[in-house]
Amino acid sequence: MTRFDTLSLHAGSRPDTATGARATPIYQSASFVFPDTDFAAGLFNIERAGHVYSRLSNPTNAVLEERMAALDGGVAAIATASGQAAMHLAVTTLCSAGDHIVASRSLYGGTHNLLAYTLPRFGIETTFVDPRDVDAFGRAVRPETRLMFAETLGNPGLEVLDVPSVAAVAHAAGVPLLIDSTFTTPYLMRPIEHGADLVLHSATKFLSGHGVVIGGVLVDGGTFDWSGSTRCPTLNEPYAGFHDLVFADEFGPAAFITRARKEGLRDFGACMSPTTAFQILQGIETLPLRMARHVTNTQHVAEFLESQSGVERVRYPGLASHEDQALAQRLLPLGAGAVLSFDIAGGRAAARAFIESLTLFSHLANVGDAKSLVIHPASTTHHRMDTDALRAAGIGEGLIRLSVGLEDVADLLDDLQRGLRRAEKAR
Amino acid sequence: MWYEVDGNRVFASHGSGSAMERPILFVHGAGMDHSIWVMPARHFARHGRRVLAVDLPGHGRSEGSAATRIEDYADWTARLLDAAGIEQATVVGHSMGSLIAFAFAARHRERCERIALLGTSVPMPVTERLLSAAQTNDHAAIDMANGWSHSPRGQLGGNDNPGHWMLTSGERLLERARPGVFHADLSACNAFDARDAVVSVPALIVIGDADQMTPAKAGLGVAARLPDPRIVRLPACGHSMLSERPNEVLDALRDFLR
Repeated sequence: MTRFDTLSLHAGSRPDTATGARATPIYQSASFVFPDTDFAAGLFNIERAGHVYSRLSNPTNAVLEERMAALDGGVAAIATASGQAAMHLAVTTLCSAGDHIVASRSLYGGTHNLLAYTLPRFGIETTFVDPRDVDAFGRAVRPETRLMFAETLGNPGLEVLDVPSVAAVAHAAGVPLLIDSTFTTPYLMRPIEHGADLVLHSATKFLSGHGVVIGGVLVDGGTFDWSGSTRCPTLNEPYAGFHDLVFADEFGPAAFITRARKEGLRDFGACMSPTTAFQILQGIETLPLRMARHVTNTQHVAEFLESQSGVERVRYPGLASHEDQALAQRLLPLGAGAVLSFDIAGGRAAARAFIESLTLFSHLANVGDAKSLVIHPASTTHHRMDTDALRAAGIGEGLIRLSVGLEDVADLLDDLQRGLRRAEKAR
Repeated sequence: MWYEVDGNRVFASHGSGSAMERPILFVHGAGMDHSIWVMPARHFARHGRRVLAVDLPGHGRSEGSAATRIEDYADWTARLLDAAGIEQATVVGHSMGSLIAFAFAARHRERCERIALLGTSVPMPVTERLLSAAQTNDHAAIDMANGWSHSPRGQLGGNDNPGHWMLTSGERLLERARPGVFHADLSACNAFDARDAVVSVPALIVIGDADQMTPAKAGLGVAARLPDPRIVRLPACGHSMLSERPNEVLDALRDFLR
């Protein structure tokens, strides 16, 4: 079988048959000509392979989708307008009004907002649990539970999810496990190999890797036995929106992703631009090289911060001080990612002084750029969470999150040293 | 749709159709299930044909045990048609399914309108290494079969079906097979002896020119045993032709079955 680094460059693509172009062309076309009327009807009826309209599929996007399915070990994938769109697509493919989700409480703030505040308006409720309490996922299951959800590395606490154990709990309850693998990418962890059924990424982050696009990907592992579960009505009951098609009856391992494309992408329309797909493909070509450098730099930065008196606590699973280091060594043998958080002595004032004095670390709301980034979660990414939720997620006034980039690590340490000196004066 | 054969429930997809005309029975290969036929099943159902994309006994959602002889599957196929109230059908088979179609046409000539054999070889020898791994339900058997089933080009994807990575698709289907089923199927293929079989119905042979499991030469050998068969060759295509070349396979079937 072809190996990961090679798949990062080649999976899903081939030289363009019309022009010989070696790079994947940007097929900037809304629609695609049908060869004849029967072929057209066949495309609409899912009996022909090809493209109809770029909201549903596009040749450039298809290369990205296939590449991500290959890298994550899935049967298929769908590129979406953003990571949040991938999350929305996964949820709405499985859940209807009255349904329920069990989710980790340590999530990206936007996802927490979607689950805690927005989806309830549409009748979909979520119970949040401690990601380290595996049994809590099972205890939270209700008759109407349709999905379990967590991130490989919690945000911003960097809890390592015990994916195999949570997957076992999900499967015992008859529900699929959806994993947000944005922080780890398939280079560091392939959750489907550990028992997850569905994986999503914000491709904006490490996959594209340069902070220039917004995009998401949803991957179907093809592992979940949809027809064997009583908790998956959207895949086991006739769908009036497609001539009473029962997806699990006809599409086997690809039932979920087929409904996601034929319903969610079609009706909600959060598709990716082919130009965006092209840019993300450029990033994925160097994913293995970049991720190796990201995690090496991050380990250095984490160890440096831990040695500083102005730092109260560093959270990075690559450190012996992190509660999940052993789990990280098992599930993330190539490195524990390139995001870390730490509590700076002096609370919010010190955090402000530190961030505003940095030169190489850019203060912005993103992770996974080639350039190093910094943010204060309590006042930005997680500001919508109330005090109790912030406390439960381990987000304090002095918490700072870093996304460590690809610069020379000595320059990064110099920058951080300057910031810590400035923070000390602000205390 | 469910049928009952030999006291066991049998699942067959109708391709979302309800027509009852000129039935077509689609038979999957070793360790697989009905879902490999989803696109042709839906096509012929839309065009008014009665479609049964069946899960063989012990496969997919069907009850029962996998057979150990191709001839037993062929006779079971006749009983399935009885259960479905079908007097005569066209049988389309891929890989092991092509052997079942071949044996069905030889043993139940009056029940068989036509056969289409995709990725075929008669006999169909299976390497001892693959049989041994399958016997112990070792995942290496899945890796071997899945790897050999895709052409060198197919190993890198470039699927016509947007977003689908066919190597994992094939792997997942084989992983779903119950313990022992893949080995039983491979053993049945390996043991199939059709030296005395005579097939006289109209036949289509679809050959992948890069097929490592049932090489093109073997497919042409099957064709030589049939009266005036139609032969369609798919350049650079591997054994998993339904995922590597879904449109070309459907074109071949459509032209033959119209």
